[in-house]
Amino acid sequence: MLIPGNAEGGLLRLQAPISLWGGVDPGSGVVIDPRHPDHGASITGTVLAMPGAIGSSSSSAIMLELLREGTAPAAVLMAHSDAILALGVVVSIELGYPACPVLEVELSALDGVPEGALLRITSEGQVLRL
Amino acid sequence: MTLHLTTEDQALLAGDHGEAVSLAMRILVSAAELLSAQALIRVTSAHIDGCLYHGDGGVEFAEKLVAAGGQVAVPTTLNVGALDLLHPDTVRADPLKAAMARRQMDAYVSMGAEPTFTCAPYQIGHEPGLGEQVAWGESNAIAFANSVLGARTERYGDFLDACCALTGRAPLHGLHIEQNRQAKVVVDATNVPDALKDQDVFYPVLGTWLGLEVGREVSVIVGLPSTVTRDQLKALGASAASTGAVALFHVVGVTPEAPSLDAVMSKGGSVRQITLTADMVRRALRRLTTADAVERIDAVAVGSPHFSITEFEALLNLVRGRCMAVPFYACTARATLRELEERGDLLVLHEAGIKIVADTCVVVTPILRESGGVLMTNSGKFAHYGPSNTGYEVVYGSLEDCVESAVTGLVARTEEIWSW
Repeated sequence: MLIPGNAEGGLLRLQAPISLWGGVDPGSGVVIDPRHPDHGASITGTVLAMPGAIGSSSSSAIMLELLREGTAPAAVLMAHSDAILALGVVVSIELGYPACPVLEVELSALDGVPEGALLRITSEGQVLRL
Repeated sequence: MTLHLTTEDQALLAGDHGEAVSLAMRILVSAAELLSAQALIRVTSAHIDGCLYHGDGGVEFAEKLVAAGGQVAVPTTLNVGALDLLHPDTVRADPLKAAMARRQMDAYVSMGAEPTFTCAPYQIGHEPGLGEQVAWGESNAIAFANSVLGARTERYGDFLDACCALTGRAPLHGLHIEQNRQAKVVVDATNVPDALKDQDVFYPVLGTWLGLEVGREVSVIVGLPSTVTRDQLKALGASAASTGAVALFHVVGVTPEAPSLDAVMSKGGSVRQITLTADMVRRALRRLTTADAVERIDAVAVGSPHFSITEFEALLNLVRGRCMAVPFYACTARATLRELEERGDLLVLHEAGIKIVADTCVVVTPILRESGGVLMTNSGKFAHYGPSNTGYEVVYGSLEDCVESAVTGLVARTEEIWSW
């Protein structure tokens, strides 16, 4: 559990690792990298399952902007912990803006869960299907 | 495994050195806990990525540190900003955003960071030594510092880079620790023809493939010539850090931690072996071009990472006495620009129609004409981020290809070297 918290949202599984910087528009929460298989998808309000974070170290800044703008995911589930992304959430809390839970999760645990299924993240770090 | 703070760390956290340091320590401690670090280490320099404007949150953060009396505790360089402060007409930003971008750059300068505004501080005299612990942001600079210089940094993003600079500390984890610097993947490039490995155009392609293949793992490459240049290694690392999260690669016989394969191979656990084939290289090459069938280009951009003085020498040889038919942008550090000016080379570039961009670059802020179109580049990083960040389609080619194409406006690419 990188950032604890309660959240609910529909599951969005990214099909490839993403760099938030250059990958997601903080104004709209939409995946803007045309090479990314989820190009055009909105991450806002989702339980975002990420196989990995890549690329730019500016991604913490994009995470902060997503949280300030209200375009952030409801929660992030990551296959590998990534301090760059989680740090954007830490700074958001320091500046008095919303947080979203970030969990390190074996993504195979979500096998069989359909896309868009409503999930609840508990402050104990459990991922429940509603 | 819990984080152990020294008495001095705790004093910084408690505010004994002011509110800014205390805030920086709170974030640093949160980060160290996120990373399961057991201690903080002292660093000798920092490179701050956080002066690039992405939105008002970044300005708010930096100005909060300034208001709390923040000053850097170690020598600190600054990455690119969103403005070219030397050529104010270069960036097409709306006035409100430009003002915020300027405040963000100014905030870090007022905290005592050097206004270098470059993504390649290592080529303007800021070179940490072998084994030196540093805290650097900017993915290409991280890869270069670790791989080519043998300094030790993890991937520090916005905010954490500034917190390291203000405290002179970083979480002890990842690539700061010797054993984590060993390679888990061996890449054998022996089969790639020497004629290709001698060309600059090969290295962004190799990096693009490497990032996609290894992701975040440390790799070691064998079979590259000992004559491989720093600019080629810079291009390799920048591309690998764009398509993957590569922060360290070794090159046997070239990079300082890899005098031999044995010296950097992981001792425990499995090591993956990959032989680089023509097919792998060509697939990576194709990925760098999104506008394959086009005949015309609308602009050329070079200099990601920022163009070095040796790269300018090559460009000068190609453009002297010629005239570019499309906008041609060369992005660089203000320090390199000053050197060009002192050498009297700037006039030659201006006469050829080369537009120098300082302090920033074409994929981080609006510089290219709004009309969109096709951008040609010799940079793997521009080719990677160009489509999403500028809306332009991209065509990848060598520096020679870029100049020949810019002179006529028609795509000219040397294809033969990729066949073997």
